[in-house]
Amino acid sequence: MSTVLSPSTIDELRDAIADAARGEARLEIRGGGSKADIGAPRHATLLDMSGFAGVIDYDPPELVLTVGAGTPLADIQALVAGHDQMLAFEPVDHGSLQGGATGASTIGGVIGAAVAGSRRLSRGSARDHFLGFKAVSGRGEAFVGGAKVVKNVTGYDLPKIFCGSWGRLGALTEVTLKVLPSPREQLTLAIAGLDTDQAIAAMARAMGSQADVAAAAHFPAGEFELDSVTLLRLEGFGPSVAARRAMLETLLTDAGSVRVLGREDAARAWTDLSNLRPLSGAPVLWRINTAPSRAGAILAGLEPLGARWLMDWAGGLIWMAFEGEPSVVRALAEAAGGHAALVRAPEALRRITPALQPQAPAVMALEARVRRAFDPASVFETGRFLDGPHAD
Amino acid sequence: MSLKMPPPDEAVLVRRKAVIAALRQIVPGEGVVEDADALRVYESDALTAYRQRPLAAVLPETTEQVCAILRWCHEQGVKVVPRGSGTSLSGGALPLADAVLMGMARFNRILEIDYVDRIAVVQPGVANLAVTRAVEARGFYYAPDPSSQIACSIGGNVAENSGGVHCLKYGLTTNNVLGVEMVMMDGQVVRLGGRSLDPAGQDLLGLVVGSEGLLGVVTEVTVRILPKPQSAKAALIGFPTVESAAECVAEVIGAGIIPAGMEMMDRPAIHAAEAFVNVGYPLDVDALLIVELDGPEAECNHLVDEVEKIALANGAVSCRVSQSEAERLAFWAGRKAAFPAMGRLAPDFYCMDGTIPRRRLPEVLRRMKALSLEHGLEVANVFHAGDGNLHPLILYDVNQEGQLDRAEAFGADILRLCVEVGGVLTGEHGVGVEKRDLMPVMFSEADLAHQQRVKCAFDPQLLLNPGKVFPVLHRCAELGRMHIHAGRLPFPDLPRF
Repeated sequence: MSTVLSPSTIDELRDAIADAARGEARLEIRGGGSKADIGAPRHATLLDMSGFAGVIDYDPPELVLTVGAGTPLADIQALVAGHDQMLAFEPVDHGSLQGGATGASTIGGVIGAAVAGSRRLSRGSARDHFLGFKAVSGRGEAFVGGAKVVKNVTGYDLPKIFCGSWGRLGALTEVTLKVLPSPREQLTLAIAGLDTDQAIAAMARAMGSQADVAAAAHFPAGEFELDSVTLLRLEGFGPSVAARRAMLETLLTDAGSVRVLGREDAARAWTDLSNLRPLSGAPVLWRINTAPSRAGAILAGLEPLGARWLMDWAGGLIWMAFEGEPSVVRALAEAAGGHAALVRAPEALRRITPALQPQAPAVMALEARVRRAFDPASVFETGRFLDGPHAD
Repeated sequence: MSLKMPPPDEAVLVRRKAVIAALRQIVPGEGVVEDADALRVYESDALTAYRQRPLAAVLPETTEQVCAILRWCHEQGVKVVPRGSGTSLSGGALPLADAVLMGMARFNRILEIDYVDRIAVVQPGVANLAVTRAVEARGFYYAPDPSSQIACSIGGNVAENSGGVHCLKYGLTTNNVLGVEMVMMDGQVVRLGGRSLDPAGQDLLGLVVGSEGLLGVVTEVTVRILPKPQSAKAALIGFPTVESAAECVAEVIGAGIIPAGMEMMDRPAIHAAEAFVNVGYPLDVDALLIVELDGPEAECNHLVDEVEKIALANGAVSCRVSQSEAERLAFWAGRKAAFPAMGRLAPDFYCMDGTIPRRRLPEVLRRMKALSLEHGLEVANVFHAGDGNLHPLILYDVNQEGQLDRAEAFGADILRLCVEVGGVLTGEHGVGVEKRDLMPVMFSEADLAHQQRVKCAFDPQLLLNPGKVFPVLHRCAELGRMHIHAGRLPFPDLPRF
């Protein structure tokens, strides 16, 4: 049973971190714990951030929201939805991906893991909507990065490096996000029966058109319907959605019959994709980032070995259930210029396989130096990523 | 002029000939510039109030040459200032007397265009607009469009995280770049990001974009290209007060509309622009909005109607919707000519770049008027109204004793005001040398130290573009020390390993 520290003020948090730094202890920053099973098992003291929850400032016409980092994602989504706004990067609750319950994810965890959903393809990721923060670094010092306005280039863009840092630089206490108006209408077009290459080509044509496609995904045969199905989501004002639907129907006539999915079917399809329902029973789950044109090569290498998969971001993201050699996945991802993260796996596999794809030594050394800049005593180096505090 | 740059290192100045000889070993022929007259073109960037002749200039053509130059300078303790096209408005490329100026203009090739993945791989010296020119025949464009886009380079855009009038909808450079190849001060080459959307590890690319040439020299950039929208329409709307224009902006966004561009001009800016380009701006209004919608024609028509309704409900006294592409461009001509138009009102102008929460605009403009009286200088305002980025243009005459100092003091007061109301010192022009000494207005010592340690992770000897961004140059060893405060310990039971 791990020790848990639950600071509720900045001073308590500073003391907790400074004390750990002095005593060479290790701290794992914890929001809702929805991603706790990513990475190697470790025995760090948990630094529970739920004490830093709540809305600090929200003025919808400014398109800016400031909340405590421990605020549940679901609360934020409900709040902004009440003003017809959204977190445009469509963050997903990792609870279901890890085989657990939903509802625990916090915004700090979403930022820490750079979580984004299907709309990331067209509207950017968490990094693109993360404007500013307050944090306590591994030095036990409170500081700020970025600001609370949507356009700012003053000093280094520290929010970028905190986004996706997995809590290895400091503990976020307050985050400022850009919010955007929710689309007034959504419509999903579906093309049945395309093979992988045809699907990637169709999605590329749609993305390269003036139809401003918000999200593009592909389910292989049997994963959503009997046939494979390729989905294109349109969002916006009614007249615009109608015009773009017509544009796509004309553009893709030669790809197959383009039909409009009913509202319920469409919601089910995008939800299935965000919580990966078709792959829910698979013990090992990979998340592969690639240029869409190279996705086919990765799939051609893994499918014959029994991999099952779903494709998002017009082919740029592959969710892969595959119990074979991790080195095969990583080699194919690397050959395609992409990378593969191990999202779900039994403990024995996580103990020996780094969650994130290892990079060039010079880059890993630079990452380590940046981490030491914020955390010189390696307070947040818990061993979770199997890359050690000093990669060089 | 109060700006102080780091004192030149005499030991480097006396070795000038040896430095030039070493550079010539790496870059042959005209790639090394040492002649005083020839160096004059590098003396300043677009912040022309500050000038300094560099020790020498070098114009490498290959990544290998950049590596060799940086490695040699690193070993010899010689400073390097990188430069793109020299269009920085904040002095980011201002040379130092004891530093080699590295001009990246010869990195001018577009290496690859991939329409399936919708990316272009370009060298950093390629002009921003040249990327669009290379892909427009296929119906694509590169979205960030800083006003200097004919000249400014992609490498400079990466350094400054450049924006443009369309960035509320399409983002800044950081939102449109997927990867870079970069040489660090010690000569090591790293590739950050790539062709996929997410980075494999930490988002070092996000840190490098907007780092103002302090972390590395970018030698290749992968950018996203977008399909050009089917159509665009603009509405030109006059308001009797700044308050009513600001309310209109808030309601447009409240209605769920994110325009491609939304620009505001105040009365002095409207009059100056109209006198300059004669495009029919209304002259009897206190604020003018240009709202541009883009997308499918059906969308533009629908949204322009919505915007017009909102404008009239907020007391707009005139509203013209562009009926042709020529008319749309004419609406923009005045706005785009706002800076040169100032040249008619005064011999010099000083362009500021703060961002504020939009709701504070009327108050900020009121207080700016009071500051204008206090400093005895006129000011006109153009404003990226959608994202709160304010460009006050302070009018002065450099030939009149003390006016430059007064303009700078007025500018600093405006930026302090921006920070006071919850905004920032710079929305898109960068800190450079211009706003360097104002950084403590926005950031505490601890905030700045956390940023400077990032610099130390990339360039521990502080040789790359020193004297920019940070008001005080702390040595990295000094910054690295941990000062753990000896307070009460609320967690005495913390386990130790």
